[in-house]
Amino acid sequence: MQENNIRNNPNDNTLNNDPLTIGGHKFSSRFILGSGKYSLHLIEAAVRDAGAEIITLAVRRANTKEQENILDFIPEGVTLLPNTSGARNAQEAVRIARLARELGCGDFVKIEIMRDMKYLLPDNAETIKATEILAKEGFVVMPYMYPDLNVARDLVNAGAASIMPLASPIGSNKGLTTKEFIQILIDEIDLPIIVDAGIGAPSQACEAMEMGAAAIMANTALATAGDLPLMASAFRKAIEAGRQAYLSGLGRVLVRGAAASDPLTGFLRDE
Amino acid sequence: MIKVNGIPVEAEGKTILEYLETTNYDKKRIAIERNGEIVPKALYESTMLNDGDTLEVVSFVGGG
Repeated sequence: MQENNIRNNPNDNTLNNDPLTIGGHKFSSRFILGSGKYSLHLIEAAVRDAGAEIITLAVRRANTKEQENILDFIPEGVTLLPNTSGARNAQEAVRIARLARELGCGDFVKIEIMRDMKYLLPDNAETIKATEILAKEGFVVMPYMYPDLNVARDLVNAGAASIMPLASPIGSNKGLTTKEFIQILIDEIDLPIIVDAGIGAPSQACEAMEMGAAAIMANTALATAGDLPLMASAFRKAIEAGRQAYLSGLGRVLVRGAAASDPLTGFLRDE
Repeated sequence: MIKVNGIPVEAEGKTILEYLETTNYDKKRIAIERNGEIVPKALYESTMLNDGDTLEVVSFVGGG
């Protein structure tokens, strides 16, 4: 019987004394919310029900026809994380990042560089180049990448503030198809590993958090759900549950056989 | 003629600020690149648009 497995009060643990630190900024939420592919009018409810403190945005040519601007729909105090989507190489990503900073909403940037429009896979080599340039310019650089330990080490050396490996192709909702390789990053890289892209269900988010991921980024899972704010709430709980399980340490798995949870003495029979 | 987000526009001889005032762009919510260089907001008033200039006017939209 284990008597020493009560280490922390769970209510005191994950939320208050376990901040997520990215580039020196502390967050209590470990759920990074996307803002794409759904109504601007749902953003406030999504942020609230997700408990999110960071929301991603994209930069595009401005439109003179639409009068609504997404910034008017994001609650105050939420950190903006512009991405460099649309960039096909490091140079284009750097350009988009600088424009995003000029928009006047902070120094965070999620680098996203794609050459392939069918699978939307990130170009790791160009991502390293862009990370190095932008980190030197003072950005808090959060590179989206295909999970590869060597690349992750290069990103650390290039000045990344976190590493954002994909779970499966963007928008696929397929879950942790790269699980083994994300686990390697979690075990070997001394930066927050934020699982991005492909997480489709709260159970998958929970699993990634149990593995030791620092946070989860999700967009399509919510945008394509039946009830977006309700799914945001479900993700929040799953991410918190996964984090608490990770902090607790999961129980062991038996290779074979069984282990009774009940006493093996005092049965109601004479033998 | 200048180009704004790829579209030809007659705005040469105007400052960026004068040009913006002829449009519906929300000045607080945009960033501008002129010929590939970012123009800080403080310089909209003093930056003259010349024939052949290319402007990119960008803003935030929803994304993941």
